Amino acid sequence: MKRSLRRAKEFALERLLFLSGTASVVFVVLIFVFLLREGAAVFGHVSLGHFLGAKFWYPISSPAKLGILPLILGSLLVTAGALAIAVPLGIAAAFYIAEVAPKRLRTVLKSCVEILSAIPSVVLGFLGITLLVPFLKNFLGLPTGLTAFSGSLMLAFMAMPTIITISEDAINAVPREYKEGAVALGATHWQTLVRVVIHGAFPGIIAAAMLGIGRVIGETMAVMMVTGNAAVIPRTIFEPVRTLTATIAAEMGEAAQGTPHYHALFAVGIVLFLISFAINLTADLFLNRGKKR
Amino acid sequence: MNRKTGDMFANSPELGTCPRVLRPTNPPEFGDGEKVKIRAENLNLWYGDFQALIDVTMAVREKSITALIGSSGCGKSTLLRCLNRMNDLIDDVRIEGSVRVDGRDIYASAGDLPALRKKVGMVFQRPNPFPLSIYENVAFGPRVHHQAKGGELDGLVEESLRAVDLWDVLKDRLRENALKLSLEQKQRLCIARLAAVKSEVVLMDEPCSALDPYATMKIEDLMRLLKAKFTIVIVTHNMQQAARVSDETGFMLLGELVEFGATTDIFTRPRDKRTEDYITGRFG
Repeated sequence: MKRSLRRAKEFALERLLFLSGTASVVFVVLIFVFLLREGAAVFGHVSLGHFLGAKFWYPISSPAKLGILPLILGSLLVTAGALAIAVPLGIAAAFYIAEVAPKRLRTVLKSCVEILSAIPSVVLGFLGITLLVPFLKNFLGLPTGLTAFSGSLMLAFMAMPTIITISEDAINAVPREYKEGAVALGATHWQTLVRVVIHGAFPGIIAAAMLGIGRVIGETMAVMMVTGNAAVIPRTIFEPVRTLTATIAAEMGEAAQGTPHYHALFAVGIVLFLISFAINLTADLFLNRGKKR
Repeated sequence: MNRKTGDMFANSPELGTCPRVLRPTNPPEFGDGEKVKIRAENLNLWYGDFQALIDVTMAVREKSITALIGSSGCGKSTLLRCLNRMNDLIDDVRIEGSVRVDGRDIYASAGDLPALRKKVGMVFQRPNPFPLSIYENVAFGPRVHHQAKGGELDGLVEESLRAVDLWDVLKDRLRENALKLSLEQKQRLCIARLAAVKSEVVLMDEPCSALDPYATMKIEDLMRLLKAKFTIVIVTHNMQQAARVSDETGFMLLGELVEFGATTDIFTRPRDKRTEDYITGRFG
């Protein structure tokens, strides 16, 4: 009697753990199925090629024009701009923190980076609107400060903590023997960093950049607040753009359920999902490659 | 101090205050025409409050093999790392006394560390080739010291790999990652890196402890070969190894250099009781 009770308890516990463990998988599948079901309906109205390739996004004109090319380009432009700023700065910062900074400064810097990552994106967006946007408008003499570049700057701030933290881990994981070997050959600190440490940390640094991209491309709030949200194909980075994420966030509330517009927004979600998935997968591949060596 | 005569005790009265070091054998009297490459005098080293080297004085003869033996923690690696200032990498280290390489005190000023470490190279316990190609590993030193480039560099890489007997095996694999090599080959490659920068002294910190006996034997053969060009100082846990390869041996105990002399003397008629106990295996 007692024994069977114990066994039942154990069985229940095991199941519970199994459920918790598999929950994330189930959720991912459910979310994707839901997205797919709601989003696929848009292809009753437009072809896949048209959806991805057409230049106009006028979802409430009649007939609705549902081409998300401007949105994709908007997202890519903002992301590329953010990376161009955040990746070099982030990696340099990681090298400084891991290899150059004196011990006490290192601790201070690391906590600062953590705090930076803890700032809610809407707060950053708020700072962006009140400080950055007017500044850019005046400084660069633009018709409006709400540009892709403003979004890039905001996103660079948000991607930096990810890039710094993961690169720093990768740099710290470079075996001490490599550094000693280089120093013992008479290499200077700088030469050791550039010629040896970077090679050892390279896979991790790539992974850091990829995860930074993941963070940036999925970000909504700050971008929506500072990029101007004009769904047109931008010619330069100093023009307003609208990103995939901002489109969903801004329009979901007003799209009537069941309309092509509604389904199109879900399809935009699928596109975002696929992009993030691909990025995370690539990052994982690099991280694992780094571990194997 | 008197640098030229080879007799460092001629006018160094402060040595008289240190009764624990057995001076008659320390350093050995070298024959005519034999040059002292490295001379450590009254070397004291502290890690924080812990004194790891106590008044060490010794001389290393040019183009010979000097072995440092002793149980672990006795300071032999610390002493070795003083000779190319690798201890500088550790926080909270304090060093007193002098180390002269070719008569110049390497601790006298901030000095030119890269040049010192180029001249006095080091081979580590675990072979540590860089995660680069075999070629780039050997070319690393010449590149950072701007010694050679282009075809000249190719020649230097070949020459260096030949010096450690790796060229014939690896000449078609130069672009492969050096991490793929066997442990023994990696260790040879690390020595080749030093040959490439024309090091004059090679410090070896238990270079064979990660290797099997056969590979150890081959590295020892290589050391005898390298003696023609390099001054070698080897720290070893393995007394037989010291007996097999070295010309001079120093026995260290708890931070002191207890005895230093010709290897045959140390192993056949040690002067100090503690050396004898260690050699005969009574402790250690």
